[in-house]
Amino acid sequence: MKIILPVKRVADPNAAVKIRSDTSGVKVDIVRMSLNPFDEAAVEEAVRIKEHGGADEIVVVTIGPNAASDILRTALAMGADRAILVETDLQVQPLAVARILTRICEREKPDLILTGRQSSDNDNAQTGPMLAQMLGWSQSVGASQITLNERLVTVCCEVENGTQTLAVPLPAVITADLHLNQPRYVTLPALMKAKRKPIDIMSVGDFSVDLETPLATVALREPPSRALGIQVQNITQFLDKILTVQGAL
Amino acid sequence: MTVLLWAEHDGRCLSPAVSRAVTAARQLDLSVHILVAGVSVDAIANEAAMLAGVEKVLYAPHPAFAHNLVEPIAALLAQCGRSCQAIVAAATAQGKAIMPRVAAALNIPQISDVTAILSANRFERPVYGGSLLQTVECAGPFVITTRPVSFVPTGTQKSAPIETLAIEATPSAVRFISASFSDTDITNARVVVAGGRGVASREGFSLISALAKKMGGAVGATRAAVDAGFALNEWQIGQSGCTIAPDIYIAIGISGAIQHIAGIRDAKCIAAINKDPQAPIFRIADIGLVGDLFTEVPKLLEELKKRGIG
Repeated sequence: MKIILPVKRVADPNAAVKIRSDTSGVKVDIVRMSLNPFDEAAVEEAVRIKEHGGADEIVVVTIGPNAASDILRTALAMGADRAILVETDLQVQPLAVARILTRICEREKPDLILTGRQSSDNDNAQTGPMLAQMLGWSQSVGASQITLNERLVTVCCEVENGTQTLAVPLPAVITADLHLNQPRYVTLPALMKAKRKPIDIMSVGDFSVDLETPLATVALREPPSRALGIQVQNITQFLDKILTVQGAL
Repeated sequence: MTVLLWAEHDGRCLSPAVSRAVTAARQLDLSVHILVAGVSVDAIANEAAMLAGVEKVLYAPHPAFAHNLVEPIAALLAQCGRSCQAIVAAATAQGKAIMPRVAAALNIPQISDVTAILSANRFERPVYGGSLLQTVECAGPFVITTRPVSFVPTGTQKSAPIETLAIEATPSAVRFISASFSDTDITNARVVVAGGRGVASREGFSLISALAKKMGGAVGATRAAVDAGFALNEWQIGQSGCTIAPDIYIAIGISGAIQHIAGIRDAKCIAAINKDPQAPIFRIADIGLVGDLFTEVPKLLEELKKRGIG
């Protein structure tokens, strides 16, 4: 059973991002980059499936700049077997990402594709389901629990105010919620060992996928800040102030 | 030129997010058509026809559309939306699952989680966990999902015409097994009381639940509290949980991480109790009390009782 893990290199979610002076984007040159935490959960799940004998090979794929090999090394250190880097310095939109991944999957023939529900930078949550559609596969989105039984996956996903349990037949695309698991720490020995695992570098031009998009980001701004709040001294004042909110209780 | 809107429902009534999505769709300057798919849901089709701004209801009765199973609904939306300028759904869990498939099927872009419609082809949406707002422009047809709390519900109108579609649908290969829901709807609650890691235990969370109940509100939690096992998944608020905009949000033992703030930024009034005066939550709270929640929350319950509230 082969698992493919599409992953993304993003600005570290705990870093405060700053907007470039031309407001066209975010200053990524000064911020720490890391593996998208949603994708990290997917990688962890794949490794656990393999450790339980449910998979033979885990391949991690990313579309990004040459420096993105750092997150591939992280995934390899976590337990993936090999990696593919589709090199480009361009910002590739989800539709084109999904098309490139479709080509790769047609060649690699995986049984299961695991990826994060969204990337913590753009929060689009599109690539997973788009890929499933292009492959003509079943999907499950926002998984908080995955149980693999031969060719059938029981998935528990988060929905509004609750959870939904589905039986998803392979081949399928499943996207991971952060609740899926607690990813392992990558140890230095694991990182050293991972240097021996192969990273296959390709160019985005190898795929004859149209990267043109009708979408353009025209501005970026910080959300309006709230007026300064007040500190109260005790619970009576706390409740008094809350009750002034009109029509509240 | 039309916009096609997917009417999400649970088999009994429309999701409250649909009315808000209609408000958004009306801002696109297009004729609003709404698609209701399901089994024995004529009542829902009638409900949809009375949402102000809807010009026509497309009604697709077929067993393949039960349980909001994704693949058949996406195929139907792509089929019906092929000549539309826009296809819209609320950015609920189901909307997020279905709409990218529609975009991929039609080879058009999707703009997710729109919080403001600036013009017929210009949208604002949150990025970086809500710490920034991005303005996006699209030339040509598109799919959008709209953030429910960012749009008010639309009004009512005399019933628009309902057209029943004769469709063939391939059932999903995915099988629905079960679903479980909590009693309160956190996304539509006017009061939310939430606990963070500071609550320290599941027993501690019973204080949060008691306070929520007394204030007639819903219980919420941070990701840290959920991961630590003190709180249920469905209570989670933030970048990977839900986004809410209640009238009152009370944050108890919550430090105020960026990803959590993303989910509460549009609350009318944010009140926080935390024993750390440096906690980031105090930078966005309207009302702050530095104190130990295990002392202050019981005092608050007592005070509410004294005033005959709850």
